[in-house]
Amino acid sequence: MSVLTTPRSAPPRSANRAPAARENFSSWANRHRKWLFAAPAMIFVGVLIVFPLAWTLYLSLTDSQGSVRAASEFVGLQNYLTVLSDAERFWPAVGRTLSFTGVALMCEVVLGMGIALLLWRPFRGEKWVRVAILMPLVATPVAVGMMWRLIFDPNIGFVNQLLALVGIPAQPWLSGQDTALGTTIFMDVWQWTPMVVLILLAGLTSLSEEPDEAARMDGANAVQRFFFITLPLMMPTVIVAILLRGIDALKTFDILYATKGKGGGSFHEVETLNVYAYGLSFDYNQYGLSSAVLILFFMIIIGSMWLLTMRKKAVSK
Amino acid sequence: MKRRSIVKYAAVAAALSLGLTACGGGSGSSDAKAAGTVRVTLANHVWTEGIKAAIPEFEKSTGLKVELTQLGEDQLSDQYNVKLNAGSDEIDVMMYRPLQEGKAFAKNGYLADLTNKVSQDATWDWKDYQEGPVKATSADGKVVGVPIITEREVLYYRKDLLKAAGLEVPKTMEELEAAAKSIAAASPDTAGFVARTGKSAAVTQFSSFLYSFGGDFTDASGKSAVGSDAAKKAYAYYGGLIKNYGPKNVSTDMSWPEAMAIFTQGKAAFYTEADSLYKNATDPAKSKVADTVGFAALPAGPAGSKPYNIPSWGLAVNQASSNQDNAWKFIQWATSKERTLAAQEAGVPGPRASVWADPAGTSTYPKDLAEAIAASAKAGVGHDRPEVVTVGKAREIVGGPIVSTITGADASAAADTANDAFQKFLDSEKK
Repeated sequence: MSVLTTPRSAPPRSANRAPAARENFSSWANRHRKWLFAAPAMIFVGVLIVFPLAWTLYLSLTDSQGSVRAASEFVGLQNYLTVLSDAERFWPAVGRTLSFTGVALMCEVVLGMGIALLLWRPFRGEKWVRVAILMPLVATPVAVGMMWRLIFDPNIGFVNQLLALVGIPAQPWLSGQDTALGTTIFMDVWQWTPMVVLILLAGLTSLSEEPDEAARMDGANAVQRFFFITLPLMMPTVIVAILLRGIDALKTFDILYATKGKGGGSFHEVETLNVYAYGLSFDYNQYGLSSAVLILFFMIIIGSMWLLTMRKKAVSK
Repeated sequence: MKRRSIVKYAAVAAALSLGLTACGGGSGSSDAKAAGTVRVTLANHVWTEGIKAAIPEFEKSTGLKVELTQLGEDQLSDQYNVKLNAGSDEIDVMMYRPLQEGKAFAKNGYLADLTNKVSQDATWDWKDYQEGPVKATSADGKVVGVPIITEREVLYYRKDLLKAAGLEVPKTMEELEAAAKSIAAASPDTAGFVARTGKSAAVTQFSSFLYSFGGDFTDASGKSAVGSDAAKKAYAYYGGLIKNYGPKNVSTDMSWPEAMAIFTQGKAAFYTEADSLYKNATDPAKSKVADTVGFAALPAGPAGSKPYNIPSWGLAVNQASSNQDNAWKFIQWATSKERTLAAQEAGVPGPRASVWADPAGTSTYPKDLAEAIAASAKAGVGHDRPEVVTVGKAREIVGGPIVSTITGADASAAADTANDAFQKFLDSEKK
C-alpha cells in the first residue's frame, strides 16, 4: 500500500532504489489504477457482450446467409422491414413470447408468494419441505422438458393413463395446437416457482414484525394484514423477483426445444422469438434475418426491464 | 491461428446464439493438431457403435490416434453450423447427411475434394459403390464424401394381427388402406397404421408415397410439383391413413422415435419407415412385438412401388483441416469392404454392391426384410427430400400439407398453398 500513499512528486527514499523501468511502471499503474483494476471485467464485457452484440447488429444489416464467411451485401434496414412485416411467423412469435412470459410469471409470483407465506413461520419438518420444494430448480431444463414430454405423451404417457383410470378422456397436452403453449407454461411454472419462493422468503424474513403486530392489535384480519401491510412492504422484493424471473422467462429456449423441437412444433404452436431466431440461424442459415430478429428481441427485453426498474425505483421511494 | 479462431468463434457464436444458451463443446486442444491424431466427429448411430469398437484396430495398424466426438443428430448439425462456419480446423473427419447438408456444405466450401483420393486405391474400390449414393455425395462433378449408410422405406407389419384378421400382406396402397381399416375397426386399442407426423420429420417417409402416386417435389424443369394431382392424392392418402386409422390423439410432432415406440409397444398394425431402423423393432430388449414383426416392400401406388433409396449418412473431410491425409486414411479404413460387411452384419445397410452380393452381407437380416430391401434397391428413387440448398426450410414447406391433412384439412387446398410457397422458395434459391 505504501506505493499508493507515496506522494507522486517525492522520490522513494529507500536505499535500494528500484530500477527506473519498474518505477515508471508502478507510477503509471498508480495513476491509472481505477482503469487497471477494472480492466479484466471490461475486457470480459467487451469480448463476451459488446463485440457479439455489435457483430449481430452488423449482420442484421447484411443479407448474410448460408455461411457467415460467404460474401454478403449491406442491405440497410431491409431485414427489419422483412421481419416487421412478417405476420406469419414473427408477430405470432412475439405474441407467444409475451404471453408465455406474462402467464408463467403471474402464476409463479402468485404461487411463489403463497408458498413463501406458508413457509414463513417456523414449523416441524421445515427443512425437508424446503428441500422438496427446491428439487425442480436443480434439474437441467432440457432433462425437465424431456421428462414432461414422456409424461404428457398422448398415447403412452403417464398423465393420460392416470386420467383414464378416473374415466376422463385422453387430452392432447403437448401435441394439441391449442394446448401446447399452456402445457409448456405449466412446465416452466413447475420448474421455476421455487426460485420465486426463495427470493420472496428472503424478503419476508427480513421484514420487521412491528407493523404487522400493530395491525393485529388494531384488529386487522390475516387477509387485511397481507394486503395492507405485508404486500406493500414486500413490493421491492416482488419486483426484484419479477425482474430476475422475467428476463429468464423471456428467453426460455431449452424446455420449448426439448419438448417441441425445431420451429416449435408442426404448427409453430410454441415458437417464441428465441425458437424462431434459432430456426432461422441453424435450420435456414439466414443469419441476416436471424440477427434482425435477435436485435429486435434484445430491444424488447431491454425495454421491459427498463419499465420494471423504473417501477422498482418508484416503489422503493 | 488459435487466437484468430477464438475471435471467429465468438463472432459466429454471437451471430448464431445471442440470447440463446451458449453453444457447448469446442475445446479442441492445440496438441491434438499434431499430425498423429485424427479428430473424428460422428453421429449417434448403430454404425458409430460398430466403428467405435473397432477403432483400436485402426490405431494399432496405422500408429495414429483417434479422437472421437459423438453427438445426437441435431446437436451434430448445430456443431457443424458453428465450427465449419468459423473455419475451424478442429474437425478432420465428419459424419454428415449428404441429402440434408450436402449441397449447403459443398456450396460453402466446407468439404474437401476427394476425387483423386477415391480413385487411387484399387483394393478399396470406389467402383464398388452403388450409383445413387455416389451421386448424393458428389457436388459439381467432384467427390466430396463417401457414403456409409443407405436406407429405403419398407413396410413394417404385425404378422399376428394380420393372421388373426385373415389378411394377406398388402401389395398395393388400396390393400394397405383396407387392411388398416379392418384392423383398426376390429380392435379399438390398436391403430391400423402409424408413421411419422412431424411437419419436417414426415417429409422423408412421405416421399416414397409421393413417388408411388406418380409425383415428386419438383418436375423435370425444376418447378414446384407439390401441387400436382399426383401429389394431392399422395397427401390425402398419407394424411388420411393416419387421421382415419392412426393412433387416437395422434400427435403432429412424431419423428421416428415416437412412431417406432407406438409400433413396438404393440399399438399399431402397419408402419412405414426406413429399413436401417429395423433393429429397433426386432430387438426384444426394445420391442414388445419383436417376434411377430414382418417386413415387406412398400405397397404399390398408381405408379408402382417407388420407395426412396438413399445414402442417409456419409463421411467427409473438413476443407479447413490441416490433417487431410490422415483423415482420408481413417475414411478409407472405416469404409473398407471388411468394415462395411461387419457394419452390415450388425444391421446397418451399406452402399457397397459387393457386400450386398455376398450372402454374408444379408445373412443376419430377417429373410423378408432382405427381400424387401433387394426389391426397393431396384425400383428406388435417389432422394427422399427436396434437392435444394436450404433443405430445412424446404422440408417445412412441403411438409405442411401432411400435417394439415392429418388434422383434417383439405389436402388439395393445402397442397396448392404449399405449391406457391415452394415455388417462391425455389425462385429465391436461384438468385
